[in-house]
Amino acid sequence: MLGLQKKDFALLMFVAALTAFAPFLLNPFPVDSALAQFNAGYPDLMQRFVIFGIFAVGFNILFGLTGYLSFGHAAFLGVGSYAAIWSMKLMTMNVIPAIILAVIVAGLFSLFVGWISLRRSGIYFSILTLAFAQMSFALAYSVLTPITGGETGLQPKVADPRIFDAALGDGELPAANLFGLTMKSSYELNIGGWLFTFNAGYYVAAIVMLLAFYMAIRIFRSPFGMMLRAIKTNQTRMNYTGLNPKPYTLAAFVISGMYAGLAGGLMVAMDTQVGPERMFWTASGEVVLMTILGGAGTLIGPVLGAGMIKYMENIISKINEGVLYEWFAFLPESLQDLLVTIIYPFIGKGWHLTLGIVFMLVVIFLPGGLLEGGERIRNMLSRKKKADPGKDPEHHPKPSPHVA
Amino acid sequence: MEAILLQILNGLDKGSAYALIALGLTLIFGTLGVVNFAHGALFMIGAFCAVIFSRILSLSTVTEDPTRKDFLGNPLKIETPYVESWFGPELGSVLINWSVPLSIILAIPVMILVGLAMERGLIKYFYKRPHADQILVTFGLAIVLQEIIKYFFGANPIPTPAPDVFAGSFDFGALIGLEAGQIIYPYWRLVYFAFAAAIIAAVFSFLQFTTFGMVVRAGMADRETVGLLGINIDKRFTIMFAIAAVVAGLAGVMYTPINSPNYHMGMDFLVLSFVVVVVGGMGSLPGAVLAGFLLGILESFASMAQVLSVVPGINQIIIYLVAIVILLTRPRGLMGRKGVMEE
Repeated sequence: MLGLQKKDFALLMFVAALTAFAPFLLNPFPVDSALAQFNAGYPDLMQRFVIFGIFAVGFNILFGLTGYLSFGHAAFLGVGSYAAIWSMKLMTMNVIPAIILAVIVAGLFSLFVGWISLRRSGIYFSILTLAFAQMSFALAYSVLTPITGGETGLQPKVADPRIFDAALGDGELPAANLFGLTMKSSYELNIGGWLFTFNAGYYVAAIVMLLAFYMAIRIFRSPFGMMLRAIKTNQTRMNYTGLNPKPYTLAAFVISGMYAGLAGGLMVAMDTQVGPERMFWTASGEVVLMTILGGAGTLIGPVLGAGMIKYMENIISKINEGVLYEWFAFLPESLQDLLVTIIYPFIGKGWHLTLGIVFMLVVIFLPGGLLEGGERIRNMLSRKKKADPGKDPEHHPKPSPHVA
Repeated sequence: MEAILLQILNGLDKGSAYALIALGLTLIFGTLGVVNFAHGALFMIGAFCAVIFSRILSLSTVTEDPTRKDFLGNPLKIETPYVESWFGPELGSVLINWSVPLSIILAIPVMILVGLAMERGLIKYFYKRPHADQILVTFGLAIVLQEIIKYFFGANPIPTPAPDVFAGSFDFGALIGLEAGQIIYPYWRLVYFAFAAAIIAAVFSFLQFTTFGMVVRAGMADRETVGLLGINIDKRFTIMFAIAAVVAGLAGVMYTPINSPNYHMGMDFLVLSFVVVVVGGMGSLPGAVLAGFLLGILESFASMAQVLSVVPGINQIIIYLVAIVILLTRPRGLMGRKGVMEE
């Protein structure tokens, strides 16, 4: 189906179902219950899930597949965002041109950065991308203030020209839309104690994400993907067989840069503003965390990783001391205090600590990420021995047609 | 002329911080072959040793002074630091005043312990794994350390002043025969520079003139052969890691009066120090020091008003620009050795 193997098609359908029913799946608790704060089914957060999913999937093509660790990918996200916002300021508030422009500009920028950075590999490559990203951040932050809005960033204003849009009526504010359907519009479904929100912006982003995911599967399974894997495994050997890895790595770099730009454009389409902090190097570190956490080199891993980190960032960080005391209200007071004192540093404002610890544990014990962890647990439960290596499609793909 | 001299001074000063961190980074890299993204965190821990030590020194008892009244007529509460009651008020206040330089006493054992714990507890298991894994795990560690510091000390910068003696500025111009007041420079920055020079000299002479240093240098060149000679090279490398941690920590301690320590100072310096190391040449100690001072001076020249009026914003990006140019023209950095990190 769609040119995919059966298993991949099943995966794609699974992801499609997940995204389509996300407003239900992420809202398991009634609104009034104490657990309602674990609900993640509100538009803002769901959009983040899919947008950072796109970002991580793209990053995975470079890191997981090709083996190049870039520490500067947030720069492409930021460049895409700025391109999208300028499309909204100058042309139209429609999101489609904004997203297309974001992808193109990010692609061109990543072509430039990749062309230079890919002369080196290993740690030098990481540092070069880091240097480029920090430079872009500094440029956006101060030097290019007329274009980037400096520290305050940019957002569409009523007075912007917008040559393709009809003039705004009195009191109307520019709102991102898709041929008239505003991104903010949502339909609320109230069943019993549950409240489900279906948001236009989320579904636009989700469809784009599915397309991007489909593209990623095709890339993974293509001869081109095989080449990228070969580069990761042993570049020297590849050179000896008479193949020049440079065009392949550059293509992978640009593709992942375009994915980042797509994510940046979508971010602007959902929340029409952009600031330079989006390009700071820790933002690049975040996408690295997402990819590793979920499982680098796997198809769905980065999406899961992105979802997990964004969930932690938005849900765990909301829990405060009072909520903890409520949870443990049934315990004797001294025990309550003890538990809260132990748990408190790891939640709320301290959620980064949990993130760091989880991340370290994953790097140390589970180099394949959470997906590998899930696999191990499943194997343990079904008391099977290790999966037969010959049947692992990731590392022993079916022989594909000869690559010229 | 004065302006240029002043910028060189400024640059030497920025460069001292870069050079010290990069020196430790290179020590770890050159000996153990580990890319340590948690090195900035070590710098930060050093800085917070100064904070902790000054807090310990100023721990105080609260007593009521019946002779003085506040505006409500209650006896005034006065705080007497323990050090003052133990050593007498004069020596006590001097001790508190000198808390930053004195913190070195606390910082050295703490940094040795932290360094040993890090190497034995974590880094040891990553020698054989790819550099990407090393970067990732130390990056995770850096986040954890940073968050722990944030939990205990909060997110705001904590002012940690230098001793009063060094509070003012030094008229540098008078020293070299210029008019008074033309080049004035804060004392503590000169102290920092002198301190950095001393540490760098100490590390170099330790490696150059002691048997231990000789063995370590041999191990850097060929670890296996040194091991075959019956020398426990792993143990020595562990010690080298601790020394690198101490260098970073002391750089942090002495840096606190220049910039109040906060929880993200490690990450701020990390990126820069990596750029410095790469520009200097990975694994080259003189390269790291040279590149540190060079980039520091370049940065301060780029922040001159005359330069900024021609190329606005160049001060923000000069270091990265230089790094990119150098990496592309001299792939091994300024003084890089052959065979380091070249796969």
